[in-house]
Amino acid sequence: MTDRPIIDIRNAAKSYGSLEVLKDISLQVKRGQIVAIIGPSGSGKSTLLRAINDLDPLTSGEVWLEDTQVNKALPTRQYEAHINAVRQNIGMVFQHFNLFPHLNVRDNITLAPKMLKGISKTEADALAVEQLNKVGLLDRIDYYPSQLSGGQKQRVAIARALAMKPKVMLFDEATSALDPELVEEVNLVMKQLAEEHMTMIIVTHEMGFAQDVCDRVLFMDQGVVVEEGPPEVIFKNPANERTRNFLRKHLKGQN
Amino acid sequence: MGLDFSVVPPFAGALFTGALWTIAITVSAAILSFFGGIVFAVIALYAPRIIRLPFRLFAWLFMGTPLLLQLFLIYFGLIQIGIDLPAFVAGVIGLGLHYTVYNSDIIQSGILAVDKGQYEGARTLGLSRMQTLRKIIVPQAVRSVIPPIGNNMIALLKDSALVSVIGVAELTLSSQMAISRTFRPFEFYVAAAACYYVINLGLEAGLRRIERRIQLAR
Ligand SMILES: Nc1ncnc2c1ncn2[C@@H]1O[C@H](COP(=O)(O)OP(=O)(O)OP(=O)(O)O)[C@@H](O)[C@H]1O
Ligand SMILES: [Mg+2]
Repeated sequence: MTDRPIIDIRNAAKSYGSLEVLKDISLQVKRGQIVAIIGPSGSGKSTLLRAINDLDPLTSGEVWLEDTQVNKALPTRQYEAHINAVRQNIGMVFQHFNLFPHLNVRDNITLAPKMLKGISKTEADALAVEQLNKVGLLDRIDYYPSQLSGGQKQRVAIARALAMKPKVMLFDEATSALDPELVEEVNLVMKQLAEEHMTMIIVTHEMGFAQDVCDRVLFMDQGVVVEEGPPEVIFKNPANERTRNFLRKHLKGQN
Repeated sequence: MGLDFSVVPPFAGALFTGALWTIAITVSAAILSFFGGIVFAVIALYAPRIIRLPFRLFAWLFMGTPLLLQLFLIYFGLIQIGIDLPAFVAGVIGLGLHYTVYNSDIIQSGILAVDKGQYEGARTLGLSRMQTLRKIIVPQAVRSVIPPIGNNMIALLKDSALVSVIGVAELTLSSQMAISRTFRPFEFYVAAAACYYVINLGLEAGLRRIERRIQLAR
């Protein structure tokens, strides 16, 4: 069955002490779907995204990647092996890139495949070339991160995630730390991934981009999904008052 | 009796050999203390309590007692329990472990200063904790603390003079032997000081080179 969800979040809840950050959220993402998560600061977008690869474990609820439960309760050692295997299938791109500054671009991309997939150096180099071609940075293969612009760093970070051939890609405000003139080059790479039907969950403050690229938009506020639907509906005709308020603020100054 | 530096050249060969021993001891102890410092730092930060505690005791001993005493203990003391080390080896171990403890402190702070995003970046790719530590965290930590480690290595060079007391014929002991033949302490101590100074320059140049080489990769 092809439309079985790749990501299935069931009744996710998360608290920090008495602060409930996520309240009973369920979300299913099918193969090839592109989901945007929008919402005000502190609404729990990052927490939800980071629960998907168990970077921020849930307090309760389940996360499934196809037929594997990601946040399975296991003894520490078994859990380690389990989660490391699971994470290889989930690419993640961070606001601040998190490239490894002591490694050049090639090694940033090939480190994990070499260590985890046991591929040879030749195969790894071919993989780096392939992924860098995709993000248009082949000429930077021998550079160090400190020699790249923010936009280039983020494109390398995307290439690094893609090199693991993930089933799904998570983006947490991939362009928020960039100078405005560098945003577009990263957006283009993400659009290209969308055209290749990569499954993606994208936390973003860029409403225009969400509208262009995504199949579904989730609006979160105070730990709940207030409203979700296709971008035409959420952006043009939202049903909920809170969504309208949020969009009024955020669409101001954007076309 | 005036000063007369013409007494030095006949002993140039002995001093040169002494200088080579000083370099050999310093480099060996530096290497030991560098890798030892990494191992100690990782243990201090991540090992279970049961392993951490003996290491902490050991660190405290090496920081809280004179290096001279440690050298005596390793060279003369260990013989009593059947460990008879050559003086050079005892000197390298003593100096090396002593500076291991100091380097470990610095490397620990370097590890703690590595951005949390580095750990997350590696873990999301599927690397294990150990792989992340080995390939991402420690290499970055070490790069960031090269300058203070370098200062330790310069201190180590100077402390290497202490191994003269267990009979390693390094620079200080070589000059003392020349003095006992000529009764010219001033000239030979100045000559030895000049040698230390030159070695120090070499060491600093080496450290600068390392810093320059890793400059991009930080
Ligand atoms: N480690 C933590 N300890 C305590 N509270 C936390 C922690 N991490 C996040 N929070 C809280 O959880 C809530 C949700 O945070 P989260 O980062 O998911 O929001 P967000 O929607 O991603 O916001 P932003 O748009 O600013 O990135 C916030 O109130 C935040 O202060
Ligand atoms: Mg966030």
